[in-house]
Amino acid sequence: MQNWLATLKGARRYPSLVAGVVVIIIFVAFSIYAVVALPYAEAIRLWRGGPGVWDETPRNAAPAWFDVFIEGDTPRTIVVRSGDTGTITEEAIGDGMKRAEIVLPFQYDYDGFPSELRLYSQAEYEGSRQPATVSWHTPDGRTIILQEHRIPRATDTYYISQDQELRTQLSGMAPHQGLFVDPNDEENPLKGEYRLILTTEVPQTAELDAKLVALGQLHGLAGTDHRGRDLLVALLWGAPIGLMFGVLAAVGAQVSTFVLSAIGTWLGGKVDRLFQWLTQVNLVIPVLPLLILIGHFYSRSLWTMLGMVIALNVFSASYLTYRAMYLQAKEAPYIEAAQAYGAGNFRIIFRYLIPRIAPTLLPQFVLIIPLFVFLEATLSVLGLGDPVLPTWGKVIYDAVDEGALYKGYYYWLIEPAVLLLLLGVGFALIGYSLDRIFNPRLRTL
Amino acid sequence: MREIISRLGKFTLIRAVLLFLAVIVAVYLTVIIANLGGQLDDIRKAQIRYEIGQRAFGNPDLRTMSPEEVAEMLNALAETEFLRLGMDRPFFPMRSFEYLWRACTLDLGRAERLSSDAGSRQVHNILMERLPVTLALFGTANLVLFLLALFIALFLSRRYGGFLDRLIIALAPSSAAPGWFYGLFLILIFGALLGVLPWGGLVDAPIPDTRLAYALSVLKHMVLPVAAVVLGALFANIYTWRTFFLIYSSEDYVELARAKGLSSRSIDRRYVLRPVLPPILTSFLLVLITMWMGQIVLENVFHWPGLGSVFYQATQMNDVPVILGVIVIYGYLLAATVFVLDFVYAIIDPRVRVGGGAVRQ
Repeated sequence: MQNWLATLKGARRYPSLVAGVVVIIIFVAFSIYAVVALPYAEAIRLWRGGPGVWDETPRNAAPAWFDVFIEGDTPRTIVVRSGDTGTITEEAIGDGMKRAEIVLPFQYDYDGFPSELRLYSQAEYEGSRQPATVSWHTPDGRTIILQEHRIPRATDTYYISQDQELRTQLSGMAPHQGLFVDPNDEENPLKGEYRLILTTEVPQTAELDAKLVALGQLHGLAGTDHRGRDLLVALLWGAPIGLMFGVLAAVGAQVSTFVLSAIGTWLGGKVDRLFQWLTQVNLVIPVLPLLILIGHFYSRSLWTMLGMVIALNVFSASYLTYRAMYLQAKEAPYIEAAQAYGAGNFRIIFRYLIPRIAPTLLPQFVLIIPLFVFLEATLSVLGLGDPVLPTWGKVIYDAVDEGALYKGYYYWLIEPAVLLLLLGVGFALIGYSLDRIFNPRLRTL
Repeated sequence: MREIISRLGKFTLIRAVLLFLAVIVAVYLTVIIANLGGQLDDIRKAQIRYEIGQRAFGNPDLRTMSPEEVAEMLNALAETEFLRLGMDRPFFPMRSFEYLWRACTLDLGRAERLSSDAGSRQVHNILMERLPVTLALFGTANLVLFLLALFIALFLSRRYGGFLDRLIIALAPSSAAPGWFYGLFLILIFGALLGVLPWGGLVDAPIPDTRLAYALSVLKHMVLPVAAVVLGALFANIYTWRTFFLIYSSEDYVELARAKGLSSRSIDRRYVLRPVLPPILTSFLLVLITMWMGQIVLENVFHWPGLGSVFYQATQMNDVPVILGVIVIYGYLLAATVFVLDFVYAIIDPRVRVGGGAVRQ
């Protein structure tokens, strides 16, 4: 024990070991931060999305720091609410009705066009729904009528960008471009103060509320996906999930193999032969297809997968490696001595055999963790990721599935991929260094 | 010589039988897992109903009957057939063996939704059409991987501690990521950014009309997937194999050969490569087994129309017979891989060839 602790202390001579440990510590800190900053239930809710959750984030927006590389001032998301910068003027017109005018002004100084325009409005009142007029006022004094007799629902979303009539009116330009374009310069938007005015005649008791969202082209630290979800949610939560899956699977699979091979080798005879044969059988079991089958027929939950991964790896190929080690250790004189004073099988296996070989297990054990981290990603990429959890693999799956490479949203794929690679390489660095430390034969060469 | 051949034959036969038994156990396990939800029974019943429908189609009496009566009659026929085939018996033990037999012989009937490119809906035909495509990619990629890793490892072991050696060893952790993962980056660089190589697929569209142009086009499409496989495993293999080379080239008999003044070339060939090949083959076997798993994702990333792609399509479309078929084929492929390597092992390992007892690991 002391002996290999001393070896570990000499680890400072191995810079790759230190690098690996630093990477893993960073990831552990990152995971703790993720779990604390964004509690589990909140992460799940955000990742699932749904009405109202991602209203104010653009779809497929690159990370905000991309701004540094892009010339000009790339548009960010602008939200104008009737409650703050917007104004509501109301005027009674008799018959228990009032005329309301909601003005939503905003300053637009960006060099590009927004990626989408939406108008959210709320108007709660009894009786039949009243029409509303929506108009657009540019800084140079032009007025464009967006909708003349729109009949909004109580909670209404007007997707201005998808208004086909408006598109025709703007001579075929997408509304979020056509409404901003400088009449003297087809390529660039006109800067200045824009106003969206919504007028309607509603019952006196009506509570009105409106929100204009001009979605930008950049968002947050990580960008967004095709549903407007902030990728940061998945990137943050991918770390604890990836770490947990990798480490638990590696512990479960390796430790069980390790103990079973000790038992098999010590008892010898039929048990040993049976275990060896099971290892042979396990070698030809197609693990990944079987996992996919289970994910498909029964459950895609991460826990089911974890359990199955461990179960299918109990008699993994490393059984044979361990067996070779135990065969050597079994002949050691101190084992014979233990037998001579009458130690039982249990005692010999768990107190004498296993502790002797355990340190040599360490490099293998660390090296196998990244395989399991990537296994989770592999399952996700095949569409068999956990249905609710945000993981790196699922981001990669979405990116590939939505043609991120084809459409040029490279950040979408690269962010989770780089994180996965860093985590994998971190463990691998530790594993390879430990291998050199614990295998003196390699050290002296 | 004759004795060697008979010993080799015996060894091979025993391995083949053991591996076949292992495949059967693996398939049986799959069958049991698959039928926990009754899926296999559903497939079988659908197949029987289909056959009965086909048989009844030519029956002239049906024309005079109303659709309800026809449906009722077909239903009754199907129920009788289920009884005749003993589908009411419990799953264990007899019926599960029946399924095992059908799965092992790939007699899985018709696919529910997929069809082969030639138009057949037999699971057997769909899989057999995809098998050569998968084997072509897998074989090429892993042969390239094996030879590259072997030569670079040998090369580095001679320059132990040099700059190149340390550089390549420092790259070993890159193999933590699987091939498909590097495939994504390769597509990004060579497909999307540079536009020099195809993103995926098997051949250009339209399909080239001469045989040579076709082969060249397939080769061009193979470059990236092969590179992805190699990138995903090369450095770790070099690392492990270089270690084997180093261990074996520090043996006393190698020192002696060197003292005798033999050329380093013949030392490598006769005294190092020979004893080092068996452990290298064993480690490569384990690599190959993980490679088979990676192949499924790799084919999907590169849209390579092999077994992995059809497996993915089958899971997307919930085509149970095809899913089972692929798993069974995968079992056979894994066993075949183990068998081939065992055979090569037997040929190069003198303990198997000459002495009898040392076969066991």
